[in-house]
Amino acid sequence: MKLTGAEIFCESLRREGVKTIFGLPGGVVLKIFDVLCQQKDLDLVLTRHEQGAAHMAEGYAKATGRAGVVLVTSGPGMTNIVTGLADAYMDSVPLVAFTGQVSTDLIGNDAFQEADNVGISRPCTKHNVLVKDVNELAQTIKEAFYIATSGRPGPVLVDIPKDVSTSKAEFKYPEKVNLRGYNPTVGGNKNQIRQAAEEILKSKKPIIYVGGGAVFSDAAQEIFELAEITQIPVTMTLMGLGSFPGNHPLSLGMLGMHGGYWTNMAMHYADLLIAVGARFDDRVTGKLSEFCPEARVIHIDIDPTSIKKTFHAHIPIVGDVKAVLRQLNVILRSLDGNSAQIAAQRKPWGQQIEEWKRAHPLAYKQDDKVIKPQFVIEKLYNLTKHEAIVATDVGQHQMFAAQYFKGSRPRTWLTSGGLGTMGFGFPAAIGAQIAFPERQVLCITSEGSFQMNLQELVVAAERKLPVKIVLLNNGVHGMVRQWQDLFYEGRYSASVLGTLPDFVKLADAYGIPGLRAVKPAEVESVLKEGLKQKGPVLMDIHTDPYENCYPMIPAGGAQHQMMLEDPPELKVAKKGGAHKRKVDEGEGVLPA
Amino acid sequence: MEHIISVLVENKFGVLARVAGLFSARGYNIESLSVAPTLDPTTSMITIVTVGDDRIIEQIMKQLNKVVEVLKVIDLTETHFLDRETALIKVHTKPEHRDEAIRLAEIFRAKIVDSSANTYTIEITGDVDKVEAMINMLKPLGIKDLVRTGRIAISRETTRTASPRREPALLKS
Repeated sequence: MKLTGAEIFCESLRREGVKTIFGLPGGVVLKIFDVLCQQKDLDLVLTRHEQGAAHMAEGYAKATGRAGVVLVTSGPGMTNIVTGLADAYMDSVPLVAFTGQVSTDLIGNDAFQEADNVGISRPCTKHNVLVKDVNELAQTIKEAFYIATSGRPGPVLVDIPKDVSTSKAEFKYPEKVNLRGYNPTVGGNKNQIRQAAEEILKSKKPIIYVGGGAVFSDAAQEIFELAEITQIPVTMTLMGLGSFPGNHPLSLGMLGMHGGYWTNMAMHYADLLIAVGARFDDRVTGKLSEFCPEARVIHIDIDPTSIKKTFHAHIPIVGDVKAVLRQLNVILRSLDGNSAQIAAQRKPWGQQIEEWKRAHPLAYKQDDKVIKPQFVIEKLYNLTKHEAIVATDVGQHQMFAAQYFKGSRPRTWLTSGGLGTMGFGFPAAIGAQIAFPERQVLCITSEGSFQMNLQELVVAAERKLPVKIVLLNNGVHGMVRQWQDLFYEGRYSASVLGTLPDFVKLADAYGIPGLRAVKPAEVESVLKEGLKQKGPVLMDIHTDPYENCYPMIPAGGAQHQMMLEDPPELKVAKKGGAHKRKVDEGEGVLPA
Repeated sequence: MEHIISVLVENKFGVLARVAGLFSARGYNIESLSVAPTLDPTTSMITIVTVGDDRIIEQIMKQLNKVVEVLKVIDLTETHFLDRETALIKVHTKPEHRDEAIRLAEIFRAKIVDSSANTYTIEITGDVDKVEAMINMLKPLGIKDLVRTGRIAISRETTRTASPRREPALLKS
């Protein structure tokens, strides 16, 4: 039987197991939306901006591991998802984005709402295709899902011209893909893995450095085993958080620019680095020439381009992290006859790390007048334990959340790492909540980031999604303000958000309950009250606009040279000394 | 160091843009580029001449391999290979220079493929040194126009690995 392109689209999605589509209609995709509204089992989440759709699909994908699906129109519809595509590309999120295109006979004519969708998205997608013939649509969709979810995952864009969605073809969904140029390596090289095992047993000061690849590969169990067998401490990148329990004695928490003092010191003095699905990003390494100067490096990654891109590797292993670690653990078990000996060999190293941790633990000075952001995150962590899915935006609040919210399970930490997209968090939380209606989903955000995609409040309201928005409102772009204090003599260029909306009233306008805390004593009751609510809730928590995030490796600094607190001159400034504190003059800075 | 990289790709639209975009997005150089279908009409061969240290070349090779439509990537500089380029050179020929132009074409085993009252168009094929030597020799006569194909290259059969890496240029300028 012949089906229209629009019907083939819906049928193909069904075959791929898709239940949820995030999108917004427009001229050239009307046919697809018309067919879509007649499908009972395909849920279209109508977002209020295409960027919201892309980030929701990312949140959905990060939380479930399945591809997130986006459907938008041509021209502005497509250009509005570019940030989401770029974000997904950087953080290896499986997305399949369908964009409408003008009819094939109009392409290139500067037709109404025409854009070169494939050209624009080329540098920020893993793969993209313009479907010129309805007969190729099913095959293209099959391949798009396969490419998006296999190997190193990433976004794939399928551009569908209007006439392709309206014309008919025989529908037969292909059973397998036929891509001669695409064949990701899964199993690692056996010799390399054996060598890695030998290095691990030999090492005295090893450290496991886990990135987002471990989350995508579902390798949490294997990492746990590796750490337990060998008694090697584990640190995680921002993207890797959750792949090893944050409260485990072997966990060193996050490393890098705002990682723990003990973590970065351990990296610096390690004699063996076992990099697992991580890519030696500049926020992790700091000054490359002084990064891990004493370490032999084992680097396991499914993407060969990640290996030796910025940092050398003595034992590169290309393969799926889960598969490689399984093989490695088998060898380690067989080689390691004497676990007591291993434990003894590692003991001085563990003690050294403990010493560093005792010397400079994560710390902040509690205040009885102004709410410290760290205090809010700590309270939130204690109130929700390990169960919540946490989506964050980007900036200081994100780093505080990474430091103080010690997630214990993979796929419960949704954040924008590589691209650092403000506006990611709230829609991502919605996407995760739609995927898991029964689970607790928190959106930890700030007034700056939240305002970038707050239009999606209506989605939370109309679907009664119980997303808990914890808005750390300090009236400034906090991370920008921090850098201006540290490196630009306190000149607050465009970082003070003078005029802010009343977020409680704003939530109310959408029919969402809003709560506010302005004093430390109110934090706990507001959080408890908010978390208790059945539906969505917005908690507007006014935090200290001057709080800085430490430890900090200044950009381009070496990892063992961390700033641990405000430098002396800044302390003077905070008391109204050297620099003029323009934050004090901002009308919108609410804390008294 | 200069590398000649052969990239076998699906013969589909947009593939060249993806390959070229990869170079520009990551700040790699393209010294020359040539593209044409192979014996199998569903594939094309892209020959890229690029410059970079070992780390950059390794990244370029890996990044190219990562493109879905790329089927095979070979760094010919790692093997024994032949490379050739063709140039069409339109040269001014005052009456007193016409003989000189013909002589030069003969020396370089080039062909005069078009002539007018005031110009010859000379076709020359050879390795890059030969083509550049020819261009330099013709410069004093006055080159009106010049087009070069960019280099193409092919590996030598392994039975001939004893042969020199590159044929010496016929004439060095």
